[in-house]
Amino acid sequence: MSILSKGYQARQDRRRYLERTLGTLAALGILYWLGINFAKSPSQFFQASLIGLSNGVLYALIALGYTLVYGIIELINFAHGDLFMLGTVFSANFISVWFGKTHTGIAAFGIFAACLVAVMTFGASINVGIERFAYRRLRRAPKLAPLITAVGMSFILQFVGLHWNGSGQKTWNSILPSGQIKIDNVTIPYTTIISVIITVPLLILMSWIVSRTRQGKAMRATAQDQDAARLMGINVNRTISFTFALGGALAGAAGLIFQQTRGLTSYNLGYQLGLIAFTSAVMGGIGNLQGAVLGALLIGLIQGLNDGLPIGLGQQWSQTVVFSILILLMAFKPTGLLGKTVTEKV
Amino acid sequence: MSITKKTDSKSRRPKAVKQSASQRKWAIGFIVAAVAIWVFYTYIMVHLPDGAQTIVQNWFPPTALNEAMVWVIAALGLNIVVGYAGLLDLGFVAFWAIGGYTAGWFMSSFFRQVNIHILSTSPKVVPGMHISFWGVIFIGGLICAFFGLIIGAPTLRLKSDYLALVTLGFGEIIPQFFVNGSNIGGFNLTNGTQGISPVDNIGVPGRSLSPFDFSWKFFIFVLLTAFMVFMSLRLRTGRLGRAWLAIREDELAASMMGVPLMRTKLSAYAVGAFSGGVGGVAYATHVGGVFADRFNFSISIILLAMVVLGGMGNVWGVMVGALLLAWINSTGLPAFGDLVNNTFHTTINFPSYNFLLFGGALVLMMLFRREGLIPESRLKAILHEDDESAPEIGGAE
Repeated sequence: MSILSKGYQARQDRRRYLERTLGTLAALGILYWLGINFAKSPSQFFQASLIGLSNGVLYALIALGYTLVYGIIELINFAHGDLFMLGTVFSANFISVWFGKTHTGIAAFGIFAACLVAVMTFGASINVGIERFAYRRLRRAPKLAPLITAVGMSFILQFVGLHWNGSGQKTWNSILPSGQIKIDNVTIPYTTIISVIITVPLLILMSWIVSRTRQGKAMRATAQDQDAARLMGINVNRTISFTFALGGALAGAAGLIFQQTRGLTSYNLGYQLGLIAFTSAVMGGIGNLQGAVLGALLIGLIQGLNDGLPIGLGQQWSQTVVFSILILLMAFKPTGLLGKTVTEKV
Repeated sequence: MSITKKTDSKSRRPKAVKQSASQRKWAIGFIVAAVAIWVFYTYIMVHLPDGAQTIVQNWFPPTALNEAMVWVIAALGLNIVVGYAGLLDLGFVAFWAIGGYTAGWFMSSFFRQVNIHILSTSPKVVPGMHISFWGVIFIGGLICAFFGLIIGAPTLRLKSDYLALVTLGFGEIIPQFFVNGSNIGGFNLTNGTQGISPVDNIGVPGRSLSPFDFSWKFFIFVLLTAFMVFMSLRLRTGRLGRAWLAIREDELAASMMGVPLMRTKLSAYAVGAFSGGVGGVAYATHVGGVFADRFNFSISIILLAMVVLGGMGNVWGVMVGALLLAWINSTGLPAFGDLVNNTFHTTINFPSYNFLLFGGALVLMMLFRREGLIPESRLKAILHEDDESAPEIGGAE
């Protein structure tokens, strides 16, 4: 072994040692922070975690769209967050304008279910349309090209949202029941429970489609090697379209849930939430479905704790915390929590 | 085994004579254009008939020209990162903001605790830090270059699309820091959403320029732009620039040829950030203050659209793209909207269409003319390399 590689080895070891030490210190710091907060006010701690987790469920739906698309064509679909935003605007119009529902009731649940189907179809068709119109032509182009196209698409979708929803924030009445369950000092609104009831089956369905069905197998094959998949008789274009449809449908569902639980829509909402969801996908290891869900729950939890705990940075630093996590992750563990190490082919 | 013996770089340089001739040519053209515009606005415009004068005022106001040049400065900086080195930066607004706040800190009465005056235009009795514009330009540029290194050092090893995300996150964090920075451990660092204003006037020997002074500011911004163009062109032909192009075209091959990847990429980042900082300082003096909510994601995207539309890697293309989009953004679209609304008695909100315009420009350029309006010949060849070749292995690049 030459001197050169020995020096390299030593440097790598030192780097790894440093990273491990810093990581341990950071983990201890976070544990200490959680500990003092818990001691100070347990009920606030649980309340904050609950809000965080219910956000996390929403992030999971959006993050899956990022991770699915990245897994199959290695593209960061910047427009995905804005697709979610269009989902919120679509749901608001569907329920409150087209069907004129502003109060809860038996009929409202029917409308809600119809809206879920409609908004999922809506999201899926827009996502497929974008892929068909723009990304497909750029599949062989240098990586910069589809990425810039995605950024442009995000702007176009924001324009649609701006003209559909207006330039300000709009508030809407939710048609979900507005009560809450109270356990000691921790309140759980019905809307949170309902959003979990809708999301969890969607996630399970998703996982079933990818891991058990024929189409899912085709997706995994295409993700591994497009040309080999084509030789095996898989219709690669259709498989990629199907992936975009799945992602779009989930973003649409997330849009409905967000609109009904928060009761607001705004054209620039998708960009922020999309970035947070993307951070979640990266945290779990991009391309990994379980990872995306895990990352989303963690990010939601972190955000909830930061915003809601008595000793914390507070809501105004919420985005900064999330994006700092993104940068640190990228710098030290770009493969994420559950991602596998891939050697860069360049 | 080590093959690190340095080859004599001088002997391999392309012929210097030809270069200097072509470089003199652009300088002459640039000066002629600048003087012609200045003469038009100061001497010819006042003699035009009233109708023509209002048309010029509505469609091509002189302040819009100055603002457009600020955009050109920043876009040329982004061009070094995206166009030369091929690294996508989606958070360029961070450097713009840092530059702006540098001007806010060093050229205003914001820090009342101190009283520092260095060649400044403000009276000596006014408290605060007052350093000459010419010094602050370099301070702002250097601070930005430093931040460019900080953000680049741990992340430039990543894949290109991950890098884009990190820069995007950085571009979100920095403006939010400035918004929330009115209370950092009890210290008011950025004055929150109110921002810092007024910023000192630019000083030239013997006088202080009022905020509405057109001619002097015009020439100062022309000078800064010329400096950026000069720097971009010289760097491109130099050793570093050729290394950037090599990395853009094929990272693996470049590193095999002995290009130090990290150092070269980092220097692209630092130089780009420097220009962004200069743009930020110039912008702060142009507007006369810094306001945290002005620094948002759309600035990064508009800058990217300028670079992409004009032609990545081509200094003149980027300049044309920046002037065009800056004009559309500040005057063209509102003026066109007024014209249409007054003619057809409609109330369409035209400025809101800039989302569609910038997004559409990015998408359509990427789909149909990836090399930009004024393409750089080398880049054109690369961008269309894959169109003709037979499909290769799908996942690998």
